[in-house]
Amino acid sequence: MHKVYIYKGFERFWHWTQASLIIFLAVTGFEVHGTLDIFGFEKAAEFHRIASWMLIALITFSIFWHLTTGEWRQYIPTTDKLKEQIIYYISGIFKGDPHPTEKTGLSKLNPLQRIVYLGFKVILVPITIISGIFYLLYKTFDQNNMVVIEEYPLASIAFWHTLGAFLLMIFLVVHVYMTTTGKTPTSNIKAMITGFEELEEEHIDITPKNDKTQTA
Amino acid sequence: MLRNLLLVIFIVVSALVLVNVLHKEDGYNLKLEELKHEYALKDIPSVDHTKLPALHKDFKTPQEVTEACISCHTETHLEVMASSHWNWERVSYVEGRGISSSGKKNVMNNFCIGTNSNEKSCAKCHIGFGMNNNSFDFDNARNVDCMVCHDNSEEYLKGSAMAGYPDRTVNLEAVAQSVGSPKKSNCGSCHFFGGGGNNVKHGDLESAHLSCDRDVDVHMAANGMNMECVACHSAKNHQILGKLYSVSTENSNRSTCEQCHSSSPHLSNMLNRHGSKIACQTCHIPEYAKVNSTKMAWNWSDAGKLKDGEPYEIDDSLGNHSYLSIKGSFVWERNVKPDYIWFNGTADQYLLGDTIQSIPVKMNTLYGSHNDRKSKIIPVKIHVGDQIYDKVYNRLIQPKLHGENDGDSAFWQDFKWVEAAEAGMKQSGLAFSGEYGFVKTEMYWPINHMVSPKEKSVSCAECHTRDNGRLANLSGFYVPGRDYNKTLDFFGYWTFLLTLAAVFGHAIIRMLYNVIKDKFEKQVINYDEDEPDAA
Repeated sequence: MHKVYIYKGFERFWHWTQASLIIFLAVTGFEVHGTLDIFGFEKAAEFHRIASWMLIALITFSIFWHLTTGEWRQYIPTTDKLKEQIIYYISGIFKGDPHPTEKTGLSKLNPLQRIVYLGFKVILVPITIISGIFYLLYKTFDQNNMVVIEEYPLASIAFWHTLGAFLLMIFLVVHVYMTTTGKTPTSNIKAMITGFEELEEEHIDITPKNDKTQTA
Repeated sequence: MLRNLLLVIFIVVSALVLVNVLHKEDGYNLKLEELKHEYALKDIPSVDHTKLPALHKDFKTPQEVTEACISCHTETHLEVMASSHWNWERVSYVEGRGISSSGKKNVMNNFCIGTNSNEKSCAKCHIGFGMNNNSFDFDNARNVDCMVCHDNSEEYLKGSAMAGYPDRTVNLEAVAQSVGSPKKSNCGSCHFFGGGGNNVKHGDLESAHLSCDRDVDVHMAANGMNMECVACHSAKNHQILGKLYSVSTENSNRSTCEQCHSSSPHLSNMLNRHGSKIACQTCHIPEYAKVNSTKMAWNWSDAGKLKDGEPYEIDDSLGNHSYLSIKGSFVWERNVKPDYIWFNGTADQYLLGDTIQSIPVKMNTLYGSHNDRKSKIIPVKIHVGDQIYDKVYNRLIQPKLHGENDGDSAFWQDFKWVEAAEAGMKQSGLAFSGEYGFVKTEMYWPINHMVSPKEKSVSCAECHTRDNGRLANLSGFYVPGRDYNKTLDFFGYWTFLLTLAAVFGHAIIRMLYNVIKDKFEKQVINYDEDEPDAA
């Protein structure tokens, strides 16, 4: 058993900032949508716009980080042990069976996570953000400072944006729940907070930032 | 661990704090200050008319005053005589009608119906003298009434049913010497009282404007900018900027908010962007008829009832007529929330002789739609009612209402619809079948005045709300907060709830298994502990 430094500083910063922004955007967004009543429509819309720019900035940084560190490889989908992973969540987990895949610093995600997170990153978030940008720029100003309206209908922009929002919320619920399926119910969350997680295998030689690993 | 936990909390909190910090409250609007400064400086007249010898004269007729005016302002009467205030008509292009001439001469309304055969009474609001019937000489400069617009003494008053002549009590010499730029009281003498009483027609223009506070009207408030009508409705060569769509048709020469405030008056871009589809008035005039009531409905079909052979009136608690034998029954309202429609600046009116196309008859049609780029949502007063029409020819009837004596077939004298219709239509040059009925009508009055202070303007959530928002009656376009895709919402919420349920179910099963396992393990332990005892 080794305590491995598995989530790097930026990764944790990115994860938690994105999490809080997405939750904040969900609250304000569903208020604009008419579901909630917390800040009042005006403030909700205003906050939603500001938070959306912050999320766009954050995601730009994270894309850069994924590309330059090679971390994007974590999300290459695989069918290897995918079935076992699904069966584990359906039955094995209840009996206390061991995880079918091993978590390492080089391969943090199990096959199911790889597919779901890849979908999150290349379909779900882009749908929401691109439709959101269209929503933001629905009306703009021309060179004479007159307001110009784009010809695309707001109803369809709003449809895609709302669809993305619903899917994100469903993702959030499952995602949060799945964090409790680690070694102990809180071990995954602790890992995302501290960066360190106790892993079965010794990967001291290949784990990034060797110096930070500790033996349990 | 604790350090890291605190770091995460710090990041989350600072993200939220940043959201609030980046959100700026409205700052200082320099544009508005500059406008206030500009309009705080009032014009000083360059001529003191009391010093002009030509005006020191015992004027016998008002025409003599006009001649005195023309003796100095030698060409001005030509400008006035080219205006619709004088001609009561304007040639314009109307969609579906072509080039047409319309104005008070031939436009009908659902108040006092129309001018034909009633000129003597209606001419109280004509800028001329001697309009007794429809043969008024529009080329005679002597009949131009300069004083009704330019009297600054508030002494001038047009006589009732005197064909546009001043009341006999008016001191013409005093009036002639006090002329100047038109004041609210000049414009208001007609525009406040159209339809036979204060605030009857417009709802947003009334005598309260002569002395009101900022809550009623930020522009004209006595304790505010105290602007005159002509500050916005400026005139070049006596062609006054601004249109009233009960008689106008074209989207030109309009007096707009933007002419002073520009198309991006707000500090917030979000609000400025609304300007592409929402007229300024829509948010800035949350209600009209803020002081005195305005007429919302007028039913001519109730007119003509007599008590002991005499006409009578019934007043409501606020002193408004709710019934008049000569005019019918009325509905008055105060502090009215406007209706909202799409409007692109062009309109059409029901003209005398038009065939009725649909019921209720639209006395004026304001064109516009949500998919028309030039259209914006504007606030309107919709005045409804019923009025006399010819059942055979299927057109509205112009009745003769005003008369001098009993028996000259005027409805206000004799209360006989057939005679009044016959006489009115004859003067209008149209046939009357003899069979009349009453048809429902409606008329659209754009609301432009009684702008509220910005604190009282319509708030976002009054339109961006699911139920009973101000724009609830307008459809075909997407308003965030009001509209949503019902199918998507249905599946979205249910999938979300089912996911929650699934997750809870999964968690409960896990816990049950753990409990069973625990028990089993405890039994084993107990068994182990029991073992020595047994042995």
